[in-house]
Amino acid sequence: MDFPKDLKYSKEHEWVRLGDDGVAVIGITAFAQDELGDIVFVETPKVGQNLKAGQTFGVAESVKTVSDLYSPVSGEVVEVNTNLLDSPELVNESPFGDGWMIKIKMDDPAELGSLLSSQDYQKLTQKG
Amino acid sequence: MTSSPLQKSPLYTRHVQVGAKMTEFHGWIMPLQYDSIMDECKATRKSVGLFDISHMGKAEVIGKNALKLLQSLAVNDLSKISEGQAQYTALVNDKGGIIDDLVVYRISNFRFFLCLNAANVETDISWIAEFALQYPDVEVRNVTRHHGLLAVQGPNAEAIMKSLVSHKVAHMEFFDFMITRIGEMNVILSRTGYTGEDGFEIYCDWRDTDVLWDAIMAKGKQWGIKPCGLGARDLLRLEMGYLLHGVDMDASSSPYETGLGWIVKLEKEGGLMAQEVLASKKAAGSAKCIMGFEMVERGGLPRHGFSILADGRIIGEVTSGGASPNLGKTIGLGRVLADYARPGTAIQIDIRGKAAEATVVRRPFIPARTKKSKPKQATSESGASAKEE
Repeated sequence: MDFPKDLKYSKEHEWVRLGDDGVAVIGITAFAQDELGDIVFVETPKVGQNLKAGQTFGVAESVKTVSDLYSPVSGEVVEVNTNLLDSPELVNESPFGDGWMIKIKMDDPAELGSLLSSQDYQKLTQKG
Repeated sequence: MTSSPLQKSPLYTRHVQVGAKMTEFHGWIMPLQYDSIMDECKATRKSVGLFDISHMGKAEVIGKNALKLLQSLAVNDLSKISEGQAQYTALVNDKGGIIDDLVVYRISNFRFFLCLNAANVETDISWIAEFALQYPDVEVRNVTRHHGLLAVQGPNAEAIMKSLVSHKVAHMEFFDFMITRIGEMNVILSRTGYTGEDGFEIYCDWRDTDVLWDAIMAKGKQWGIKPCGLGARDLLRLEMGYLLHGVDMDASSSPYETGLGWIVKLEKEGGLMAQEVLASKKAAGSAKCIMGFEMVERGGLPRHGFSILADGRIIGEVTSGGASPNLGKTIGLGRVLADYARPGTAIQIDIRGKAAEATVVRRPFIPARTKKSKPKQATSESGASAKEE
């Protein structure tokens, strides 16, 4: 199982990658997609929507179940991954890459400090 | 619900060792998927898949009057099949509701083998046993845990079974079976399935199941055989529009309301216990029926119990739904008012409060490729699309 070191993680199994422009890319972790199984539908928010940290921004639906997606950070949605409409399986195939879900212009990049490190997140997944 | 421990297939340890995701299914813990459900579905249609379905209920009805008993309880006509043939049929209650759908194997004139849905084994067997009391010579036995059951399904299934058994396998038609040997193992080899592909279901001694699994996997290697779980099994049957008892139909619906009227033989030899009630249901017609639909608008999966809307009102509900890997579409089955069941009818599915556009389409969603099949209607987990007489 992959837990990239350069990312921050939420307890709800989302990851965040902050770029130099203050825009955070968000998706769900390899662990999360494996738990969900084959993902068949991802609902993403509209560009321009403002999200608070912890707010739901959409759902990921797998053959097995429907899961809410929670924004790990606050800010404005500046882009959504429209490829997921036709190819939701990208989330399974490349959860940290092509399977990203939304990009958020963060209100306060310091918010990242409250998220988990790769190591802490990995520990969380091992607790079962 | 009972709190008894989950039953395990004889291959349980093997499944866990290869990292299968396990799931609870009517008192059993079975593989949901080994790898990806989508890939398992595609492999079965393209080449061949191997399924552990040892959880299926198995029963024997033995005795001079076994045929008479089964003729009175099951709706199809067993006098139309001979030794070495199986038949898709259903048990109905005194109101004409479907207790279960099943496959009956005619082993001899005095011996019948039944394949039942796991969820209904006890209900089925006690129902049959109750009426068996009239016939002191008839014995009804639950042999679920005596036999492992594997399904080899897909266009390359025949090649594998030919090399494992004999070239004679090629002459078997859909719903034919033979009692034979694979290596040292005694098996019932049946040309049946629940995927719409050509294929076989093989009953073996419970303790031989792992040896049989390995033999099929080894032989199937050159065709890229893939172990498949219940997730793929459910999607493959959905692509065929086959029904699953307890999901698409239950004891409150008659065969006529379920699209299974074609298996009911009201005027058969020996007589059907529910003849009168079923005849009146047939004459009355059905207000609701089962139909297939595909989503026009994206918006998640139509799941069991979701409302189906048309003309601004609720006209029925989804019974099964899923993303078809082979069609690249989201499809489903639903029970709706008969007026709305015609292919081409525009409907909406209420997916968590959002009305998503869908269209009624003809079943099966994918044409069946079973051996010499003349598919007429959809069927079910213990049935597959059954053989016409």
